[in-house]
Amino acid sequence: MKTDTPRSDRLATLEDSSGLNAAVNGSGSLNGCQLSRSRLPRFFSKSVSKSGYRLFASTLIALLLVPAAYAGYGDALNMPVGVTSVSREVYGLHMLIFKVCVVIGVAVFGVMIYSMVMHRKSKGAKPATFHESTTVEIIWTVTPFIILLFMAWPAAKVLIKMEDFSGSEMTVKITAYQWRWHYDYIDEGVEYYSQLDAEHNVARQKGAGIELERFDNYIKEVDNPLVLPVGKKIRFLHTAADVIHAWWVPALAVKKDSIPGFINENWALIEEPGTYRGKCAELCGRDHGFMPIVVKAVPQEEYDAFIQGKLSEGQTADFDTTRQWGKSELMARGEEVYGRNCIGCHQAEGQGIAGMFPAIAGSDVATGDIVRHLQTVMNGVEGTPMQSYSDVLSDIDLASVITFQRNALGNEMGDVLQPYYVDRIRKGLDLGSAVAATEPDVPDFGIGNQTDSNFLGGAAATGATQ
Amino acid sequence: MSGYGAHADHDEHDHHGPAPGLKRWLYTTNHKDIGTLYLWFSLSMFFIGGAMALIIRAELFSPGIQIVDPMFFNSMTTMHAIVMIFGLVMPAFVGLANWMIPMMIGAPDMALPRLNNWSFWIMPFAFTILLSTLFMDSGGPAGGWTLYPPLTLQMGDSFAFVIFAIHFMGISSVMGSINIVATIFNMRAPGMTLMKMPLFVWTWLITAFLLIATIPVFAGAVTMLLTDRYFGTSFFSAAGGGDPVMFQHIFWFFGHPEVYILILPAFGIISSIIPTFARKPLFGYDSMVYATASIAFLSFIVWAHHMFTTGMPLAAELFFMFSTMMISVPTGVKVFNWVATMWKGSMTFETPMLFAIGFVIMFTIGGLSGLMLAITPADIQYHDTYFVVAHFHYVLVPGAVYSLLAATYYWIPKWTGNMYDEKLGKIHFWTSTVFVNVLFFPMHFVGLAGMPRRIPDYSLQFADWNAIASIGAFGFGFSQLIFLWVVIKCIRGGKKATDEVWEGSVGLEWTVPSPAPYHTFEEAPPVAVINKNHF
Repeated sequence: MKTDTPRSDRLATLEDSSGLNAAVNGSGSLNGCQLSRSRLPRFFSKSVSKSGYRLFASTLIALLLVPAAYAGYGDALNMPVGVTSVSREVYGLHMLIFKVCVVIGVAVFGVMIYSMVMHRKSKGAKPATFHESTTVEIIWTVTPFIILLFMAWPAAKVLIKMEDFSGSEMTVKITAYQWRWHYDYIDEGVEYYSQLDAEHNVARQKGAGIELERFDNYIKEVDNPLVLPVGKKIRFLHTAADVIHAWWVPALAVKKDSIPGFINENWALIEEPGTYRGKCAELCGRDHGFMPIVVKAVPQEEYDAFIQGKLSEGQTADFDTTRQWGKSELMARGEEVYGRNCIGCHQAEGQGIAGMFPAIAGSDVATGDIVRHLQTVMNGVEGTPMQSYSDVLSDIDLASVITFQRNALGNEMGDVLQPYYVDRIRKGLDLGSAVAATEPDVPDFGIGNQTDSNFLGGAAATGATQ
Repeated sequence: MSGYGAHADHDEHDHHGPAPGLKRWLYTTNHKDIGTLYLWFSLSMFFIGGAMALIIRAELFSPGIQIVDPMFFNSMTTMHAIVMIFGLVMPAFVGLANWMIPMMIGAPDMALPRLNNWSFWIMPFAFTILLSTLFMDSGGPAGGWTLYPPLTLQMGDSFAFVIFAIHFMGISSVMGSINIVATIFNMRAPGMTLMKMPLFVWTWLITAFLLIATIPVFAGAVTMLLTDRYFGTSFFSAAGGGDPVMFQHIFWFFGHPEVYILILPAFGIISSIIPTFARKPLFGYDSMVYATASIAFLSFIVWAHHMFTTGMPLAAELFFMFSTMMISVPTGVKVFNWVATMWKGSMTFETPMLFAIGFVIMFTIGGLSGLMLAITPADIQYHDTYFVVAHFHYVLVPGAVYSLLAATYYWIPKWTGNMYDEKLGKIHFWTSTVFVNVLFFPMHFVGLAGMPRRIPDYSLQFADWNAIASIGAFGFGFSQLIFLWVVIKCIRGGKKATDEVWEGSVGLEWTVPSPAPYHTFEEAPPVAVINKNHF
């Protein structure tokens, strides 16, 4: 399912400058957008020119930020400005309220510190006896109220804009699963899953012992990014298949809960091509931390080419469920599917985690009847974290991963599951009778020296006993 | 000077002294004994919940997963919250209420002593059940302390134990609150009018009403979870016509007043300590009372600000944004009043005062980030990130927990009759304060830069700040051992405390001997004493 959309140079630059590299080479960007460090000099030059509290406030911020920036923390200090008009307005609101808070804080703490220095007994201070002043109390009730009104107005304006869905030009339906995203371009008829990149998935396992520094975007990379056109008002519809998730891309200032059984919406109009990364923001179980989002914003032509590519890819041999697949093909693909989907719980060697996740190595399911094995993966196991994979994995992926589990991880069943059979199970056809009914047309499933007779025999027997 | 308060002059009767041995603690109906039990219980929970926090911070010390499985990590974040909220802060405040409220209002004991015994002794059982889930096959609760369905319904059968434990804690809190309300309304000494009560009594009165109003709502919500899980109902399942977001509304209708339950008594404590060490009456007593009441009222109409990303109608989002911003007005009044109390006082900086000042400054930092969070469009970026974690830890750790530490240093001479070790107390304050900021301040940065909360692993860009925060966590955690040492040392001996203990102390509790006798105010204090000893 590789979709290598040609990228512009600009995009590549943006990608290179994000993540760890930024911390090292100091280009200071987060999620593909320019950030705090590059903004620092501007902030200072602006504030130095003004006097009074702003100088004081910015000195305070500087005291905090400058050492941090020098130490290479520049890309993890502040909210990204983002690449939509809404995200910029949100950033503006954030900085405005932040400055208001800094001013209030400095004023209150300033008075406190002055008082602590001047009005101490050791300096011979004699306590005053006043304990109320209606005037003062009215002033410090009304003043904050006025500041709040002054804050509420712009905040309400931005909020109203965020909730205005009129004039949307396209719609993407995003369905959250534990722990992947499903993107459905409703108008185009293109849909696919997106989840943590397989290499990252291996590296993030406990005790993986892999140098994380070699990943530019550790646990922020996915297999299939969401490709979107720039300059279009895109409406996102959010829902979930299992538990509540939240789709969040900071650079677009969009975060919305995905709620099973309900549809939420928000929108973005991306102005700059680039790669924007996000994360699931709502605790959704064991692998909540490993549900990254990658949005690739590309010019319209590239987007059109991407959609065309997706539409035609179903016709290539890689996606042919009717043909007979070789064992090595299935094993190779199965390993990949396993790495993406199963490894988190069942672990790299299929050993599971005692007391939490059962082993696959030598398990009853993986060394038992192949149809039961398939059904376990397709339907999940109720009352356990083992979810249903029938919607998540294609026929080919299911056939591959079953074949892999039975012939690797210490298991040596020798049998093979063809995608063709998965399709039959999906259609509710009993495998045994299906085999019998279509006997003349059944292709030879045996490949090389594998024991196709075992498989067919076993399957037929299951059919007979059911 | 304190003969009327103590019982020393009267004949000794057997039933007046504490029973010997373990029975004393098991059967006790004495408010001081029960207060002590509550305080020890919460201190033990402080260390248990703290150990969980250290597991979390150890795993987050560097990117990658090194120490625990993500599932166990999730149950650590969940349990840390439940233990700290329901096991540390709430029982500690109830313990302080038990010890101090009768002495502050000139009452001989709580109004309902047997209920009092029961409301404490439920707690150890509730927490034994809760903590035992960690050793069950299905593991402890791992869906967050907010228990959002459908995630929380994915738990194994330890779920039922968690719900049962929560019900127990709720019953304990409600009974404790009824007792406090009954005591304050019925047991005040003649002449102790409502507006003469110390603010700690006032804030607890209001807190008790919040608890009575909201705990049953929470109990209802978790019961609905239980029936969804085991009895086939669909309150929170869309497939059966229910709504997962409805749980969040019900939960936060409890949950937001709950966060004020965790902070209002702290306001009362700070309002007692600052005047003592500034040697100057509390500024704006009346407005403090009204501000507390306003905060309590507002706490019921802001709950959905925890839910700005759930897809509410625009009108609701606007309403909850404005109502949330409003809370900063009465909270601001409180902070300004404390500062005005310090202003032109004659301050000394003993440990309680240090913790109180630490409270005012760092609680205000947490309050200001709370104001930022109220701005809905910005909250959509902040929501569920470490910025939120930083915010609520600033109000709860150097906020609520500091108030508890301040209260302990402030009143422990009255409890034990001995002065604590001032030098160790100061060391405790300074190490705690340095490390608590090293721990929580960087969380603002990583949160803004995009680090979600409740994750066991993170991108490399957050590595440095997380390492720093973890160092702070261990520093802060181990600093609390100093506190434990100070408390034990103070119980075992030390410089004898005077009855007044502090030069500037005001209030009836300072008119009884130190240590406070087993029974105080069997005869009400004279009105003249009350009039001389209120703010």
